[in-house]
Amino acid sequence: MRYLFAFLWKHNFFFLFLILEVIAFSLIANDNYYQSTTIINSTNRITGSVYTFTNNVSEYFHLRQVNKKLAEENARLHSLSLKAFLKNDTNNFFVNDTFYRQRYEYISAKVISNSTGKRNNYLMLNKGRNFNIAKDMAVISAGGVVGIVKEVSENFCSVMSVLHKKTKISAKIKKNNQLGTLVWNGQNATIGSLTEIPTHVLLVKGDTVITSGYSQLFPEGIMIGTIKDFYIAKGDNFFTVDVKFSTDFNAIGYVEIVKNLMREEQKELEDKAIDKKDE
Amino acid sequence: MNSLYLKNGLRFFVLVLIQIFVLNQIRLGGYINPYLYVLFILLLPFETPHWLLLVLAFGLGLTIDVFSNTMGMHTAATVLMAFARPGVLKMIATKAQYESGVKPGIQDMGFPWFFSYAGILILIHHFLLFYIEVFRFSEFFTTFFRVILSSIVTLCLVILTEYLFLKIKK
Repeated sequence: MRYLFAFLWKHNFFFLFLILEVIAFSLIANDNYYQSTTIINSTNRITGSVYTFTNNVSEYFHLRQVNKKLAEENARLHSLSLKAFLKNDTNNFFVNDTFYRQRYEYISAKVISNSTGKRNNYLMLNKGRNFNIAKDMAVISAGGVVGIVKEVSENFCSVMSVLHKKTKISAKIKKNNQLGTLVWNGQNATIGSLTEIPTHVLLVKGDTVITSGYSQLFPEGIMIGTIKDFYIAKGDNFFTVDVKFSTDFNAIGYVEIVKNLMREEQKELEDKAIDKKDE
Repeated sequence: MNSLYLKNGLRFFVLVLIQIFVLNQIRLGGYINPYLYVLFILLLPFETPHWLLLVLAFGLGLTIDVFSNTMGMHTAATVLMAFARPGVLKMIATKAQYESGVKPGIQDMGFPWFFSYAGILILIHHFLLFYIEVFRFSEFFTTFFRVILSSIVTLCLVILTEYLFLKIKK
């Protein structure tokens, strides 16, 4: 017996190694061994909090990707929402077996260049003809109206911002449906003016201004901004209303391009009507 | 003596933290997983009793295992590496080395010695580690490839760390 101990002691290095390896391999074999799971659980409470912290940090670096995904998701949901559909005439329900027909399609895009300081401002988006973007499509963001597509290339499109001399958007006051035209006077990138509001209309500061939906470009009810101030300019019979844009034009990242699927039809009809009148 | 314990204890902590929170999060091309924590075993003083070597390796491996939910794998590999260390030291020894007070690092032993010393031990460690994984998965030659690539990266990291600390000491 003594010789055995002496032998073991002499080769303690090897036997200790053997014992430790056996323990290690038994740990591997019994991965769900009670002790090991309790060790894992108790330490995970510690590591968990640190992992959460590192995750919070690394998440920040993925924000760009996440934003993109969310923008796409938004566009998809917008396309599905009822507002994007035009209620069919019930008389036609034999022809069209769907109750709603899609009228607007939303395509998300990223702003790759933008300006607000000039008199006529343009934005550049990263979607073009390859996504069936065409001239005169409306561009909106989560905040509200952004502009109108003016030029389209293969992969990009140039958008005439609301902050442009030629921009005229058919708008209305949400509360009482009073119709006006939104223009930008070029002074302040956060303020637009709503013109052609008759003076008999009761206006309240803070009222919401939305798109009217009459222009074939913007769907109805897209947010433009809120009334900041109103006055009657000298020699004018209408109110001029200062509208604070809900869109922060300085901080536009992702936008949605609105495609009016029935625009051709509407335009054709309108042209016909005008032709008739001319005759 | 006290500062020796302190230094090694600190090294243990820092290496484990780096391994868990930085290196374990990095997957270079899915093939390369560097395991810098073996540096702790590499840098233990020559006079460390052999049994202590094994126990420390066991503790280190277990810590890494617990934090990366791979029960036993790192433990087995690290203990094997610690067991191989005295043999490797004997194998690559030249005359008048391993005197007391001399530390197994680039500073005292020079680059070629440290390179072969660290290289052999890291290879041993990675071989066992990755092949234990293979018992659970498959693809023998892919694993071989992973062992070689990961060993190279670990070795580079180990040498880099060594030089980093050299500069600080100066």
